[in-house]
Amino acid sequence: MGINFLYPEYEVIRNMDKCINCRVCERQCANEVHTYDEERKIMCSDDALCVNCHRCVSLCPTRALKIVKSDHTFKENANWSNRAITEIYKQSESGGVLLSSMGNPKDYPVYFDKILINASQVTNPSIDPLREPMETKVFLGSKPKKIERDKDGNLINNLSAGIELAMPIMFSAMSYGSISYNAHESLARAAKEVGILYNTGEGGLHKDFYQYGSNTIVQVASGRFGVHKDYLEAGAAIEIKMGQGAKPGIGGHLPGAKIVGDISKTRMVPKGSDAISPAPHHDIYSIEDLRQLVYSLKEATDYKKPVIVKIAAVHNVAAIASGIARSGADIIAIDGFRGGTGAAPTRIRDNVGIPIELALASVDQRLRDEGIRDNVSIVIGGSIRNSGDIIKAVALGADAVYIGTAALIALGCHLCRSCHTGKCNWGIATQRPELVKRLNPNVGYKRLVNLVRAWNHEIKEMMGGMGINSIESLKGNRLMLRGVGLNEKELQILGIKHAGE
Amino acid sequence: MLREGEIRIPSGCAISGIFSKSGKRISGEAIIKSIATMHDRSNGLGGGFAAYGIYPEYKDYYAFHIFYDGNISKRECEEFLERHFDIINLSKIPTRKTQGITDVPLIWRYFVTPLSTKLSDSQLDEKEFVARCVMKINTKIDGAYVFSSGKNMGVFKAVGYPEDVGEFYRLSEYEGYCWTAHGRYPTNTPGWWGGAHPFALLDYSVVHNGEISSYDANRRTIEMYGYKCTLQTDTEAITYIIDYLNRRIGLNLEEISSVVAAPFWQVIDRMPKEEKEKHTYLRNAFPSLLITGPFSILVGFDGGMMALNDRLKLRSMVVGEKDDMVYIASEECAIRVIEQNLDKVWSPQGGEAVIVTLNGGAK
Repeated sequence: MGINFLYPEYEVIRNMDKCINCRVCERQCANEVHTYDEERKIMCSDDALCVNCHRCVSLCPTRALKIVKSDHTFKENANWSNRAITEIYKQSESGGVLLSSMGNPKDYPVYFDKILINASQVTNPSIDPLREPMETKVFLGSKPKKIERDKDGNLINNLSAGIELAMPIMFSAMSYGSISYNAHESLARAAKEVGILYNTGEGGLHKDFYQYGSNTIVQVASGRFGVHKDYLEAGAAIEIKMGQGAKPGIGGHLPGAKIVGDISKTRMVPKGSDAISPAPHHDIYSIEDLRQLVYSLKEATDYKKPVIVKIAAVHNVAAIASGIARSGADIIAIDGFRGGTGAAPTRIRDNVGIPIELALASVDQRLRDEGIRDNVSIVIGGSIRNSGDIIKAVALGADAVYIGTAALIALGCHLCRSCHTGKCNWGIATQRPELVKRLNPNVGYKRLVNLVRAWNHEIKEMMGGMGINSIESLKGNRLMLRGVGLNEKELQILGIKHAGE
Repeated sequence: MLREGEIRIPSGCAISGIFSKSGKRISGEAIIKSIATMHDRSNGLGGGFAAYGIYPEYKDYYAFHIFYDGNISKRECEEFLERHFDIINLSKIPTRKTQGITDVPLIWRYFVTPLSTKLSDSQLDEKEFVARCVMKINTKIDGAYVFSSGKNMGVFKAVGYPEDVGEFYRLSEYEGYCWTAHGRYPTNTPGWWGGAHPFALLDYSVVHNGEISSYDANRRTIEMYGYKCTLQTDTEAITYIIDYLNRRIGLNLEEISSVVAAPFWQVIDRMPKEEKEKHTYLRNAFPSLLITGPFSILVGFDGGMMALNDRLKLRSMVVGEKDDMVYIASEECAIRVIEQNLDKVWSPQGGEAVIVTLNGGAK
């Protein structure tokens, strides 16, 4: 094995007293970790193949399995970590770019965890959401700068096309191809059930899902895969994807091996050929070009669909957002550097972009400083992990949030971060039929509904505690937040005070 | 200690208002008596009054009431006024030495009209020009604070109990068709007089009881439209919201109340089609001007007065009527003390605007 042998990061521990040789683990593992030794009549495992997805652990009927982090280590070195060394071995062997999946796992600050939420005491009452109405309905879209009246003096509805959400949550873009048919069906049905939207990603819209059009955001990305007139008209909104938090500045690559059957048809890409999304849109090299695409899409859909422009949170995000807010876009979606992905170069995922909390705070403030905050709504993602994050995001200035990773976890994802291998044992990030069928959309959609409903309950509880009975009054209400352990500069960018102030 | 404006100070309060629909001018005595009845709702750290119809002889001029910390700020401010306005009349506002009113700043009154050249150069309409000048003085000239800037109306306020404030300003010597009053119960010492209520801009004056939970959402929105919230009080933000929606956007007061104290969606969903569309439109178009948390407000404006409670009615407010007189107060006792025999007494519902105007329209 020599120099390239890497001791496995995780070890499969099997309690032989409990194992009954039922071979469920063997059948469930697409990575082929488990094998049955006919001679010795025992189950064996190859730790090197294990991605730590817990499929075998979850299905073992006798609870004989667990996965533990290996204590095998290089000589300790604060600079040369195990990871740094093993990555060099890998690259010097392959000559390739390292690939990873899901969001940036590294130890950068999570600002949401350094922000605390207010509650009412004495001077104004908290409100009990079980006894009083507590409103979380949100409208996304640009707001009129003036009112108009008809000849009788009645107000005319001069709002441009927008989105109505029962709660400030949407499922973020995940393409059919990067995730499975059953995962898409679960997202679509859940969105419809709770009155929110899901997003096709750049993989087109399967014909079976046109029925969920009023709960669908159709995405137009740099590859323009699956984009045609019916597609644009099928959704409730159109999203132009300029960037993604996990891999700002680069495109996407769905290998030909995954362009099979319906995916080929839906993407409008020949079977077996790679689907490569260029890094930029080749018709958008500047902000004025973006404006043209925004209006092309609006013309194509008769101004009946709001247009979202999605960007990755990068250093100059406030200025970029300001340009977008003047481009005719109705909604800006900003994806933070912790946003998930089905596959991204590891170095980019781990080193490019900025935290969404800071990006959101600076964008919201910049748009207000320029008096154009009403031109657009702001949706943020990357990463929202719970309802507390949502409250904080809204109070910092977001109109709504996108959840991707959280939705996948609800569907069974165990964050093993191996999506790019296409062998998702949970039937989510795979196209292998025998794996896809493991995700039952009847169960999956219900779990998603449960998750967002639970979060909405929690949002209402926290709003009630603050004495706020409608989400509009939370938006941009930064006095409801305090920082802990943040320095002056961070507080200034977030526009919040320190706890105790 | 920080002055109000440098920190945000929550307050509890008492409010009271008197309005004569026939435009009969009454002296300030009644309103002082009314607000004094609710003495325990304030704590001596702020009181004030707004009166409409009190300057008939100067009704075409903006009446600026200004606090000065000293003569330097006065000189600087007067130079600013001279550069932008024709000053028709100026004088100290008459006061009476009153126990309980201390740390008195210089208090001056100016009747002004914008210089026509300045006004046309600015390319603004007259009211916007005046509003911006007021904003400028209050934010740029240290130690000068315009606390009243409407026509044929005036605000009188101080740190103290409201009845002492009324005595101090000799309000029994003024006559107006509309009076509003405020007694304040702040949780911090405000440090100066600007934080007392009413808060006013142009003809709008607001007295308010409550602590709104939407404050920063409202403030950051209204500041985007050019207003500067220098006091960090709810009342200031509410005044600017009303000014913005009424004068600049052109919504009427009923529509404004549907924005700031919007009906709940469950109520809107049950409305007839047209009403439903109207309310949905207003909530969709002006979401960030929704005010949540407890409030009862009295808005004075040229020729009228509006009372409004928050959507859950988390603050008490009672309306009484007798002939052409309308009385609105935090507590019924504050009405009964000045009018025993009311034709009608009721409590408006949360979000239900009560709007009274002069029979003959604005004066």
